[in-house]
Amino acid sequence: MDLASGAKRSVAIMLAALAIGCRAASTPPPAHTGGELRWGGDAEGGAPFVEADPADPARVRGFDVEIAEMLARGLGRTPRFVQVAWASIEASVERGDFTVGMSGVEDRPELRARHAVSIPYYEFHEVLAVRPADASRFTNLRDLAGRRVATLGSTQAYAILLAARDSFHIDPISYDDDVHPYADLVAGRVDAVLLDNIIAERSLRRSGGFVIQPNPVATGHYVAVLARRDSALRDSIDAILRERMRDGSLEKTFRSWNVWNDAQARYIAIAVAQAPSAAGGSNPSSRSPAAYLPSLLRAAIVTVMLSILAMALAVAAGAGIAAGRVYGSALVRGALAAYVEVVRGTPVLLQLFVLYYGLSSVVRLPAFLAAVLGLGLNYAAYESEIYRGALQAIPRSQLEAGRTLGLSEWQIFRLVRAPQALRLALAPMTNDFVALLKDSSLVSVITVVELTKQTAIYATNIGSWVVPGALCALVSLAFSLPLARFARGLERRWSGA
Amino acid sequence: MSDPLVVRDLGLKRGARTILDGVTFQVRAGELCALMGASGAGKSTILRAVAALEPINAGTVSFEGGTLSPGPVPPQSRLKELRRRVGFVFQAPSLFEHMTALDNVMLALVHALGWPRDRAEKTAIGLLESLGVGHRASAFPRELSGGEAQRVAIARALAPDPAVLLMDEPTSALDPARRGLLGELLRDLVRQGRALLIATHDVDFARSYADRVIELDGGRIVDAF
Repeated sequence: MDLASGAKRSVAIMLAALAIGCRAASTPPPAHTGGELRWGGDAEGGAPFVEADPADPARVRGFDVEIAEMLARGLGRTPRFVQVAWASIEASVERGDFTVGMSGVEDRPELRARHAVSIPYYEFHEVLAVRPADASRFTNLRDLAGRRVATLGSTQAYAILLAARDSFHIDPISYDDDVHPYADLVAGRVDAVLLDNIIAERSLRRSGGFVIQPNPVATGHYVAVLARRDSALRDSIDAILRERMRDGSLEKTFRSWNVWNDAQARYIAIAVAQAPSAAGGSNPSSRSPAAYLPSLLRAAIVTVMLSILAMALAVAAGAGIAAGRVYGSALVRGALAAYVEVVRGTPVLLQLFVLYYGLSSVVRLPAFLAAVLGLGLNYAAYESEIYRGALQAIPRSQLEAGRTLGLSEWQIFRLVRAPQALRLALAPMTNDFVALLKDSSLVSVITVVELTKQTAIYATNIGSWVVPGALCALVSLAFSLPLARFARGLERRWSGA
Repeated sequence: MSDPLVVRDLGLKRGARTILDGVTFQVRAGELCALMGASGAGKSTILRAVAALEPINAGTVSFEGGTLSPGPVPPQSRLKELRRRVGFVFQAPSLFEHMTALDNVMLALVHALGWPRDRAEKTAIGLLESLGVGHRASAFPRELSGGEAQRVAIARALAPDPAVLLMDEPTSALDPARRGLLGELLRDLVRQGRALLIATHDVDFARSYADRVIELDGGRIVDAF
């Protein structure tokens, strides 16, 4: 997949996920009605997990699809696939959107603490991918001290990188999909990628340009996740999985998707013999809530810096655009109006993708700079409309009074029109800055970890949105309330009230 | 010595509509001339044309140092002489709301004439005091009464020391007592040798304080006395 199509696909999937999310939020369907086994997965994950069938895109295929079919058959039900964003599988299964979540769901102690989780059905390895020139010097995490290492957010690999940040001082970079980490590795934006061997090998086949280090960093397992209340059903599913391991059905499925290996044979032999009841592997231990506070603080600083810089750009560019639309020639006015309409008429997410990924073959912008430019240029279009309206609201007699006093047109703009327009624009500008603070959460799609993204990571890891959500809200209010107060004070002073 | 303002055969159209047609008059130094007529007669348009706020279609407007001819309004950079010699007080005072009374009066001195701030401030305070609003120098326009705002606007227009002062409907927002005060103030300006051209529909005011009255109807002069 090329970068542009990857970006488009990600946007489309996000919008689809949003639509599905909205629908699910309004009317949660019954999880298992009649003879159906509703199971949730994310087709964006692609083969070999779950992907849209090229022969019939309305259907899905993959080893997770086949295992779901085995489970449904074993339970005497008909499988029915429900599309869900990968990061939302846990929340959706607990909400009752479907009964079983399977789509490369990784076994973790926190997962078992919060949900009913099946026995593992596949063993994977977390492997490092590096550029061929770095193959001999970056062989493990310790070699990557001070380097940027990419992975998919909310995964075991991300947790490993967070732990390695403290111990080896590496710089973890979180992505929302598993295509762009490898694209950025090849492009030189990151120095390594840590993900499981299935995803790494799939990316190597698709695009190449990197090598996979032979020694795994850690071992993990894929499991099926059910709501905590469905533990009895989980026990039935465990029995079915053991039986399918024993009769070779799982091996046949894994072989057909080219993911069978010696480690798998060893793991299934052990699993059938002793039926493990909990996660194996080398997952990092669960972190206490206090451990996330420094990360939240760092992310809050990123949010504030990003918002201030983007707003400064938006104000400067917006003022230029507004002045051009009020004073410019017909050609200038037309070009600026087209800019405003194009920017306002397209999603800011798409603009961020185009800036960061779409233009990467021409100019390789650092993520933070791309975020500042993306948000700043987007908000400049909105700011320009505020300033244009404010400039045009200044009575003609004020401008004529300036002319009769002998001021030049520039002096009239600088001394008479702009200062009065600024007073009119202040309230909507303040609103926009508060909106920008919140919209800064969008830049996580281009790997910038800001407050909301860090909150989501925190919430996923501790299994609750209550404390992280409250902290995030408090920090946001700590920015926005003083700002609104300052703006109100300024307005009062200017109006003489 | 030539008259500070001479208007000859002035014609002005808006689209196909004739607003002014063949208007000829002059205002002498030390004279208060009142333009009178019903609404739409063209009084305010004459003032706007003389101040180069609207393009004229025919005739000329002459002042010491230059002449306005038919065609588009020249850019500000070519109107420096006109701006120095012709001041304008609008019907609504049109003071700059974000500046104090003093800053309003200093603005042209500092930014159009390039005076140092201290010299401009001294002159502006002197003007405000001479017009009876020196004590309101630090007030913002929203804090001024209608009469005070008008005096500040007159001070602002007088700051560059113009030979001609144009005033549009100066009595429209004033009660009879303040009208009288304004009349006396204008007579003082005339005694200083300035030429004043005011547009008004206030017959009593014109009779009491104007040296000459020009009657307009449908954009033409119909009487002068």
